[in-house]
Amino acid sequence: MRHSTKLPLYITIATFLLAYALCIAEYPSMLSTRVVANLLTDNAFLGITAVGMTFVILSGGIDLSVGSVIAFTGVFLAVVLRDTHIHPLAAFVIVLLITTLFGAAMGLIIHYLEMPPFIVTLAGMFLMRGLAYVLSTDSVPIDHEFYGWLQSLYWKAPGGGRFRITGLLMVLTFAGAMLVLHRTRFGRNVYAIGGSAQTAQLMGVPCARTTVLIYAVSGGLAGLAGIVFSLYTSAGYSLAAVGTELDAIAAVVIGGTLLTGGSGFVAGTFFGIMIMGLIQTYIVFDGTLSSWWTKIVIGVLLFTFIMLQKGLAWVTTGRIPRASASAARS
Amino acid sequence: MILTTLRRVAPQLIILALVLLLNFAMFPGFFRVEMHNGRLFGNLIDVLNRGAPVALLSVGMTLVIATRGIDLSVGAVMAIAGAVAASVVTGGSDWVVAVLAALGAGALCGLWNGVLVAVLRIQPIVATLVLMVAGRGIAQLLTHGAILTFNDPGLVRLGGGTILHVPTPIWIWIVLAVVVGLVVRRTALGLLIEATGINERSARLAGINARVLLIAVYLVTGLCAALAGIVVAGDIRGADANNAGLWMELDAILAVVIGGNSLLGGRFSITASLIGALIIQSVNSAILLSGMPVEFNLVIKALIIIAILVIQSPRVNHALYLLRASSGAFSPGASRGASTPRNTAPRSAASRTDHTTEEGRP
Repeated sequence: MRHSTKLPLYITIATFLLAYALCIAEYPSMLSTRVVANLLTDNAFLGITAVGMTFVILSGGIDLSVGSVIAFTGVFLAVVLRDTHIHPLAAFVIVLLITTLFGAAMGLIIHYLEMPPFIVTLAGMFLMRGLAYVLSTDSVPIDHEFYGWLQSLYWKAPGGGRFRITGLLMVLTFAGAMLVLHRTRFGRNVYAIGGSAQTAQLMGVPCARTTVLIYAVSGGLAGLAGIVFSLYTSAGYSLAAVGTELDAIAAVVIGGTLLTGGSGFVAGTFFGIMIMGLIQTYIVFDGTLSSWWTKIVIGVLLFTFIMLQKGLAWVTTGRIPRASASAARS
Repeated sequence: MILTTLRRVAPQLIILALVLLLNFAMFPGFFRVEMHNGRLFGNLIDVLNRGAPVALLSVGMTLVIATRGIDLSVGAVMAIAGAVAASVVTGGSDWVVAVLAALGAGALCGLWNGVLVAVLRIQPIVATLVLMVAGRGIAQLLTHGAILTFNDPGLVRLGGGTILHVPTPIWIWIVLAVVVGLVVRRTALGLLIEATGINERSARLAGINARVLLIAVYLVTGLCAALAGIVVAGDIRGADANNAGLWMELDAILAVVIGGNSLLGGRFSITASLIGALIIQSVNSAILLSGMPVEFNLVIKALIIIAILVIQSPRVNHALYLLRASSGAFSPGASRGASTPRNTAPRSAASRTDHTTEEGRP
């Protein structure tokens, strides 16, 4: 049983290694540390978002608001740094507080008003995008010396790759999430609620606290992703990061987490992100393929991994689904 | 039958009336409808016309949600249908051929979703996510990444023309809603859809071919989305693979939810969903007419939607019901108040969830 839940994770890792090997076979220069470093830097904000999304999806919910939260964070930071003399670190703390509280508020509504997460976070998505518009409709540049200093921090690897602080932050986030999910009581509760909310409640899992915490974590991590995104682009723009929530959900699913909740690993999400980044890198290296192929390939990958999970579920339970059996009889 | 429908949609009608009155308060000429060059003009007509795509989508979405599903791909299907129609018509074919090709593409997309949900037993939200992600890529492949423009009068007429002085999109959504409504309510089909949504296994045991029914429902949604895509493409005289129908699926789902249909499936009302679509459009128009900075649009829309959803949430409804029941159980007013909510979907959802929480807590 333990083995079967980890199988999707192994398949995701194998897919990544195989895809990377194929890329290297075609373009040997893709083996350089530059590509690896860029893979980490370019996908840092998406990776951090996907960690929060993994928590939410593991609990059986969904969070559509993360893309808007990223945009809001970027605009908020840009406007605050332009109009006031607050130190960026203080601004970071303020914006993380705002986004975490925002996530917690959504969790409260979801739990106490018994409304579906899909609809609540949809309204949250409109609200955060709208607040970003209210702050500024233009793209606001950020040119604070602290930002420049943060951006200049990198470790130059032998092959010329620059491992930046944002990539490190993403890796640390993944490591932290693994510790929390597999080594703390809160992590156990997340899995329990995702397996069955009613059973979890009967077993004495504090459902209210856990649900609120899960969405607070997702909101806070989306805020952190927004900070990383503003470091990456050196600007805040209210139309930025549209559709990030879909990319994050896709990465989580490709990483082998069940969208019904209760089963999956953060490590899988990491490789899901890397696979999506690899597709984009390949398209850049190829030069003739159009960017819309990214979407199609990700769609096909999504489908493949969903079918894979279905197949695994059928194999491990040792029977074909009841639906097709009864339909075959009729 | 009409009376029960009226009672069912009463809350939505009241909300719509309030929003329209708000419009009227901000802009006294709101209800004025004038005739210019053989075409009706006015803010009210605008609401009906601009609300057409969401109204079209919400018809199909209502059916899908009634089966306890959801279709996230409708926006992408709109983009595909628009791209197909535009590329066929710029290829030199007749506009009828283009419309048929677009509808065919929509049906194919719906069939794909339906097969994933009904045959391969994938959760609807995941199954339709695949096409939502890939669909826009497919549409861009069809248009080669550019905005395909056309000037075919037939196709343009579908989006921007008039029939009997009334803009064509209004006709399209009203006719579609009436046809689907009649098919669903004059036959047992609607009942079967509700039965499948409430409990698929028992529906199957009762002899309903749930599999074919589910596929058909997703197919109809694909067709509705294709129609909406054609209307949008005809309106702007071009197929924009990037922006056509962007986030429209969310508006359609909202319309259905504002219409009081439970996302947990079961009882549904197409009329209520259509009123929900009109409420969304009226809110948009109210924000525009209020003359507030455009930046506030989304915030206000979000707040209004949250307010409507909180009012309709099972917990609040149940609390109101208890309040009403305890305040005066024997007065005629109270008994009427207690009996009306039974006819609305949120009430039935409330009793269901309430049951589980009572079991769940020691």
